[in-house]
Amino acid sequence: MTQDGRKLTMVKAINLALHQEMERDDDVIVLGEDVGVDEGVFRVTEGLLKKFGEQRVIDTPLAEGAIVGMAIGMAIYGLKPIPEIQFSGFAFQAFHQVENHAARYRARTRSRYHIQMVVRMPYGGGIRALEHHSESEEAYYAHTPGLKIVIPSTPRIARALLVSAIRDPDPVVFFEPKALYHAIREEVPEAEEAWPIGQARVAREGKDLTLIAYGAMLHKCLEVADRLKVEDGAEVEVLDLVSISPMDTDAIATSVRKTGRAVVAHEAQRTCGVGAEVMARIVETAFLQLQAPVRRVTAPDIVYPGFARERGWLPDADRVLRAVRETLAF
Amino acid sequence: MPRQTLDLPAIEYLSILDADGTLDAPLEPKIPPEELKRLYRAFLLARRFDERMLRLQRQGRIGTFGPIRGHEAAVLGSIYALRPTDWLVPYYREWAACMWRGWPLENLILWYAGFAEGMRLPDGLKDLPLCIPIASQLPHAVGVAYAARYKGEDSVTLVYLGDGATSHGDCQEAMNFAGVFQVPLVFLVLNNQWAISVPQSKQTRAKTLAQKAVAYGFPGIQVDGNDLLAVYVATKEAVGRARKGGGPTLVEAVTYRLSMHTTSDDPTKYRSEAEVKAWEAKEPLPRFRRYLEAKGIVDAQVHAGLEAEVDGQIREAVERAEARMRPALMDVFEHVYATRPPGLEAQREELARYLAETGQAAGQGSAG
Repeated sequence: MTQDGRKLTMVKAINLALHQEMERDDDVIVLGEDVGVDEGVFRVTEGLLKKFGEQRVIDTPLAEGAIVGMAIGMAIYGLKPIPEIQFSGFAFQAFHQVENHAARYRARTRSRYHIQMVVRMPYGGGIRALEHHSESEEAYYAHTPGLKIVIPSTPRIARALLVSAIRDPDPVVFFEPKALYHAIREEVPEAEEAWPIGQARVAREGKDLTLIAYGAMLHKCLEVADRLKVEDGAEVEVLDLVSISPMDTDAIATSVRKTGRAVVAHEAQRTCGVGAEVMARIVETAFLQLQAPVRRVTAPDIVYPGFARERGWLPDADRVLRAVRETLAF
Repeated sequence: MPRQTLDLPAIEYLSILDADGTLDAPLEPKIPPEELKRLYRAFLLARRFDERMLRLQRQGRIGTFGPIRGHEAAVLGSIYALRPTDWLVPYYREWAACMWRGWPLENLILWYAGFAEGMRLPDGLKDLPLCIPIASQLPHAVGVAYAARYKGEDSVTLVYLGDGATSHGDCQEAMNFAGVFQVPLVFLVLNNQWAISVPQSKQTRAKTLAQKAVAYGFPGIQVDGNDLLAVYVATKEAVGRARKGGGPTLVEAVTYRLSMHTTSDDPTKYRSEAEVKAWEAKEPLPRFRRYLEAKGIVDAQVHAGLEAEVDGQIREAVERAEARMRPALMDVFEHVYATRPPGLEAQREELARYLAETGQAAGQGSAG
């Protein structure tokens, strides 16, 4: 495996967390389509079958509902399953299990049972993929009480966040920005690290505007902040939400109260998206400090148009830059 | 190559004690007399509870209720084949099985009165709560059975479903997974002919529901679901096979929902009185009673004694449940997460403030 100081991709970093948590706890079980022999279509589960055997690394038949439903049964028993959905676009066929049961079992049974489960799924666009392989579904889940929804933006955060998710007593939906799977490398220490669920991260400090994002969009926002520094001399603070639910309202409020301006960017379509929730929290907590309307940079409210027209769907750094400039100039 | 007939398993049908009370003696299971009496008591308890709950609903003391009249033999015959260390995954029309397993009656009354406390089952019971979305409990049963085997238990999981549930994707998925993973699991289909207003003939063109097991590579059997002995024998075989590592079985218990789907339903809209009457002639209680009378286990006096006993038990449960029906409003914020996130805590404080400032009681203390 990895040694201290070695730079890992996000795929390898998630893989490291899976290996270490499965070594640490026999109750952790991985199941899903092609996760065993094939080691996952993105190779996230590489080496697991060989090391932990087919009782713990389960190649399942092709049925998302039963993958998550079976994992729920395992969690009711007391195991800590990690079902993988091959692409988040197929998780709708398991959504009833997530919403009707995973999210509610603690409440329904007054904590007699709880669902310690991490549903992992690659999500997001930018990889020139077919329909159902490029969308962002986080808002559907964020509306559901009883769930936690997290999205890492770097390899090191991904590893530390997955460790927390696996150990969290409540169900966590872990969205993996597949555009970042191999895009960046980062030092990931061999020694254990956990990123607390519910905690955002200031990815870059600044005083003039708060740019809020998560997942792959975060890197476009960092690029925007770099360019604005060089081209305009503006200091943009970039806030990485990391945790969509629970959302770190304090981090948002602290930053926007300081800067007085905010732009939210995400890949998902706009209406009732995570950006709307971020804006609501800004209005609730930093209204009097605002010096400009808060802007959203998102996909339009359209169906994923296919990758030939993906530029019309997926906001790029230029679109974010323009919104930030206009907000700064307001 | 000529066309051939594939060698697929045939589907058995089992009946031991028929509607007239005629017993197929060689097939009779050996159930000790005191156990038969216990089963009879459970039968009476289920029926009297059903009647009492319908009255409570009509009086507005509980909410919507789904009666089980007609299902008792199928439910009790199957649950009797389980050990306490086995797992029960119910849907919502088998609370007679839940009572047999030791669920306090007051839990069911509380739950039907809108109190989530009712599904806080006592520690130690290896039972899942009732499940409302049809067929969605089936994959859970596969997971529980898988986990139990993984942890080296020799337990078996019994999951109930109705005829309507067999149309569902979750049923296909769960049965397929169960077959592939050979988990120790018994699917007990309570085929009561009607999924609210849709008869079995419109649910599937298949001649039986039991034959669906063939497609998943495990045994299926159809039994007379109004015959407690047949249901018991078939379930016991299935449970025994599962415990020995033989994988899942589908048991189809053919019965009839003699009452309405729920108290919100009017079955006269979709089925004939003649049909109901025909099934009433085959209903499970009289034949079981005649069987026990012939064995000298039950007579008029024993029956009256047991009936008084279960009526007393129900009365006390209603009293206990109603004494607990104090909505502790602030309690809605409990049991959402292990640790309440700050945003949810702020919403809790908002409601508490609103209640305090408008002079409304928050309802102190939880019902459990």
